[in-house]
Amino acid sequence: MTAGTLAPAAPRGSLTMAVSAFRFWLVNYRRTWRGTIYSSVLNPVLYLGAMGLGLGTLVDKHGMSRLGGVSYIAFLAPGLLAAAAMQTAMGESTYPVFGSVKWLKTYQAAVATPLRPADLFHGHLLFTTMRLIMNMSVFLATMALFGAVRSWWALATVPVGVLTGLAFAAPIEAFAMTREKEQSFSVLFRFGMIPLFLFSGTFFPVTQLPEWIRPVAYITPLWHGVALCRALSLGTAGLAGSAVHVAYLAALALAGLIAGQRTYRRRLYV
Amino acid sequence: MSQAPGSVTGVLDLDVLIHAKALTKRFGEFTAVDGISFELRRGEAFGFLGPNGAGKSSTMRMIGCVSPRSGGELSILGMDPVQDGPAIRARLGVVPQEDTLDVELTVRENLLIYGRYFGLPKSVIAERTARLLEFVQLAERAGDQVEPLSGGMKRRLTIARSLINEPEVMLLDEPTTGLDPQARHVVWDRLFRLKQQGVTLVLTTHYMDEAEQLCDRLVVMDGGKIVAEGSPRELIEAYSTPEVLELRFRLSEHDLAAEKVADAPAERIEVLADRILLYVGNGDAALAAVRGLGLEPLTSLVRRSTLEDVFLRLTGRRLEDG
Repeated sequence: MTAGTLAPAAPRGSLTMAVSAFRFWLVNYRRTWRGTIYSSVLNPVLYLGAMGLGLGTLVDKHGMSRLGGVSYIAFLAPGLLAAAAMQTAMGESTYPVFGSVKWLKTYQAAVATPLRPADLFHGHLLFTTMRLIMNMSVFLATMALFGAVRSWWALATVPVGVLTGLAFAAPIEAFAMTREKEQSFSVLFRFGMIPLFLFSGTFFPVTQLPEWIRPVAYITPLWHGVALCRALSLGTAGLAGSAVHVAYLAALALAGLIAGQRTYRRRLYV
Repeated sequence: MSQAPGSVTGVLDLDVLIHAKALTKRFGEFTAVDGISFELRRGEAFGFLGPNGAGKSSTMRMIGCVSPRSGGELSILGMDPVQDGPAIRARLGVVPQEDTLDVELTVRENLLIYGRYFGLPKSVIAERTARLLEFVQLAERAGDQVEPLSGGMKRRLTIARSLINEPEVMLLDEPTTGLDPQARHVVWDRLFRLKQQGVTLVLTTHYMDEAEQLCDRLVVMDGGKIVAEGSPRELIEAYSTPEVLELRFRLSEHDLAAEKVADAPAERIEVLADRILLYVGNGDAALAAVRGLGLEPLTSLVRRSTLEDVFLRLTGRRLEDG
């Protein structure tokens, strides 16, 4: 009889396990990061150039009163930053997650080790957070280069962008774990992401919309991210308003976190 | 190793690594595993033999702590899979039926990632990776991407990956399904070496030759139940005859021959679609008797009984029929 039977491995904490899962994504990212840098840099440059400077010149000629007295690019840029957070989050929380369970089955491989489904979920959220921090930082730096920042408070758009991203990533990742076909995601992008991108106050104030439809904009998470990032970048943020935005986004992220722990377990422990 | 015959110490016996009693798995209305009981001891190579859908993989997933049981008892390494999943899995090595390698990464990176899942330090992983890749004959492919590797190589890499934590028990679900004969023999050879090193092996298979080559003891499963248990030799002795005479007739004569051959002195006769099997003590004598009945088979073959015959006897079906 060997003594090995009596020496169980010391249990590791949830955070350590999540970090193991996070490092899996990091190893993968080492191969693909170059491609993502292009989109992280080009996305803000192209949008701020075309919409901010190009379209902005036309908009500014009509007066800036509707935009609160700021140039169009200063109005637009923080909105685009929040929208970029949504796009990054949706990209990370759909196909990569779905592929891990459906195509590559690397998730099934991972749950045969001490890692639990929730550790995989948390690990991927950590990776998504890292990608959001990267993209938000690049976006903010580009905004500054375009002269589209009005306040030092703009620095806070990075964490707010991350929070906005997580308000999308956590629930969508929870949803992705329940899917059998990847077509669900093209529907989500077409009927979820694109309308939100266009009508959540990114390109024009929601007050320009007909009054009856405005409440719809106010319940979308992107509007909260856009509104808060804009207020911060323009230096007009108030404490109460900001707290409401943060609370709303955090509540969505938390709901997604709880749902995802459940959907991961149900998918991987059958 | 002391193993008292008829020992009833159950889960308290430290040599018992896996203990299952009336273990059941249901998916909705469907019962995949229907109240099976077995015990597995340290150092054994234990097999679940049965056709597809017999409940083998479901059993393996419950042992691997990735599938909660619907009923019965299950204890692995003295622990409950529901309570202690991570602690149990830390001491298991799993080779799943379908390859779950990260084909976009290199051979070495696959082992690195996996080693980290077990919380192993990088230096330990590097040392074991070198040794394990040598063991599965993939050392020269360490830096290559996994995608273009052959099926046999991927399987061997999966085996190396499952050994990164130096497991006490290896779970192998259909370890050679889908491999060509040569690749199968390489895998068998490696598994045989592991067994000789004292690693406890649990495997499922629907290949009787695999079960005969690797298993000290096995259970035959069918329809979620265990229908027989023993060593390959015990099972053959209990459920079959020493020899089998296989006869083939012209298709036009097959049915008539099947009728006539019933008079031959055989313990049991199985009429298959293309062949007739006579279970006998002496195949040559039986063939002479068949000829004595005025039957002249197209081809005849005398062979020893195998687990395939055991399965046919127990279930009335062939293993490959599923």
